[in-house]
Amino acid sequence: MRVTAPFGRRRVAVTGADDVGAYRVLHAADPDGPVPAPGQFYMLAAATGWGAGEDERPFLPRALSFLGAASGGLSFMFEEVGPGTRRLCGLVAGDELWLTGPLGNGFAAPPDGQRAILAGGGVGIPPLAAWAGTLGAGDVAVAAVLGFRDAHHAEGARLVPASCPQAVATDDGSVGHHGLVTELLSAELDRDAAAVVYACGPPRMLEAVRALCEQRGVSAQLALEAGMACGFGACFGCVVPVREGGYVRVCVDGPVLDASRVDAIPAH
Amino acid sequence: MVDFCAITLKRPIVNGSGTFDAIAARRAFGVALLRDFPFGAFVSKTITLSPREGNPPPRLWEAQAGMINSIGLPNRGLHGYLEHDLPQLAELGVPLITNVMGSTAAEVSQLVEALDDRDEVAAIELNVSCPNVATGLDIGADPGSLAALVRAVRPLTGKPLIVKLTPNTADVAAVALAAQTEGADAVSLINTLRATALDRSGAPWLGGVTGGLSGPAIRAIALAQVAAVARRVSLPIVGMGGVSSGAHAADLIAAGATLVAVGTESFRDPAAGCRIWEELKSLQIAGSGSTTVNAAQAQVEVDVNSGDSA
Repeated sequence: MRVTAPFGRRRVAVTGADDVGAYRVLHAADPDGPVPAPGQFYMLAAATGWGAGEDERPFLPRALSFLGAASGGLSFMFEEVGPGTRRLCGLVAGDELWLTGPLGNGFAAPPDGQRAILAGGGVGIPPLAAWAGTLGAGDVAVAAVLGFRDAHHAEGARLVPASCPQAVATDDGSVGHHGLVTELLSAELDRDAAAVVYACGPPRMLEAVRALCEQRGVSAQLALEAGMACGFGACFGCVVPVREGGYVRVCVDGPVLDASRVDAIPAH
Repeated sequence: MVDFCAITLKRPIVNGSGTFDAIAARRAFGVALLRDFPFGAFVSKTITLSPREGNPPPRLWEAQAGMINSIGLPNRGLHGYLEHDLPQLAELGVPLITNVMGSTAAEVSQLVEALDDRDEVAAIELNVSCPNVATGLDIGADPGSLAALVRAVRPLTGKPLIVKLTPNTADVAAVALAAQTEGADAVSLINTLRATALDRSGAPWLGGVTGGLSGPAIRAIALAQVAAVARRVSLPIVGMGGVSSGAHAADLIAAGATLVAVGTESFRDPAAGCRIWEELKSLQIAGSGSTTVNAAQAQVEVDVNSGDSA
């Protein structure tokens, strides 16, 4: 599912920001943008203080899947990991953003009658939360299995609509299942081997989910993450190797790829 | 309207080769892309005889006021370009410049001959940032190698031949002069500057180990090289390097460029070409035309010649 973007970047107002556990959620007005499809992403840059920060960075806009889209507004979620997310974390209501999108292609609905299982965690929450909202509004049964580092990060699970049943795992056992999200996913698949898995998360988690789905013969759609300069196919920087040979660009051929096309999720 | 090698452009702004994929952009933005296409002419990414997958990732590194790319010239190859890309690019409604690269004069000749047959191609740009098989040096780094290449391909086409100069050489103007002597119609510069980046363990970050630096970080170098080339050759110049505003474009024009190419800025702002053209127009209206340009050109020459006195 792909919604095309207005051509060019647009300057939009930040309408608010809050902390959810370890994550920052940023809200922005987007009165002129189309309604995006879950799994699609935007390129974001602060309208000021972008390119003149620490170490003269950030320079390039940052690719972020949207968390929510409603009534002319968008929300995003991220964790401070570098100069770009640090600058975005500093934005408050009244500041402005450069926004390009929606970009890429989103998730495709499961065949009639099949359940959807959302698997992922960490900063992979946004596309899963958006997809849970869309599926929940239809007649698709959906459940989520979500993994986090610890209880503080696991507060991010609150961003997935409460109407979607969810199980949480943490690395340190401070909340939910003490272990990996793939252990929860495996239990879900034991109950329903015909479900379609939708996954997004840090590379190692995504690779574990991909490998499990392949081993169990389960259909899966993976929302990939890659460093990219442009988001619209211009720079050829965000490629991943695919089974049919060569590379595909995560920005225009993804970010959602059918798991059958990918051998292994690269660590970068 | 601008005249460049007898090609008429609706604006003097083009894209740098390999910095804008109009076919992918149309998937992302739909027909809105065509309503005000950012560039007066479209320059293709580098086309090679055989298809290339490009370098293993990671391919990008965010640098200070710029970026390093190590993409490795992925493309469908000549046949794929002619069959698949060219018909779609022809729908853009602007003149098409096809950029080609080969590792021998024979390869480049084959590319040029095939493109000469196609009416959709308005001009051919030679990417000479490619090692000479015999010497190991980039063809574009050595006036002698460059002269031999242009001499070989010049008779094969009546279309304008543009030589894309590399900045990774001791005397770019000497290479430009060789291109002019052998009958090239224009030169374009600067390509990216060779660069690398290390991860925290001290190992190369880029899959291709080295890459090319672009963006505002190289703007001052581009200005100096365009000015140096403009003093030595009479060919029209496509100037580029870190242009992100109309004022930067005006600087390159003042230094001697006929056209200005936008590259990295399109990554940050897909419609940068439109904005830069609007900004350039308002500067040209605000200024007093050619007098201002000439004064600015003189200023650039003074600054370039005065070394580090600034």
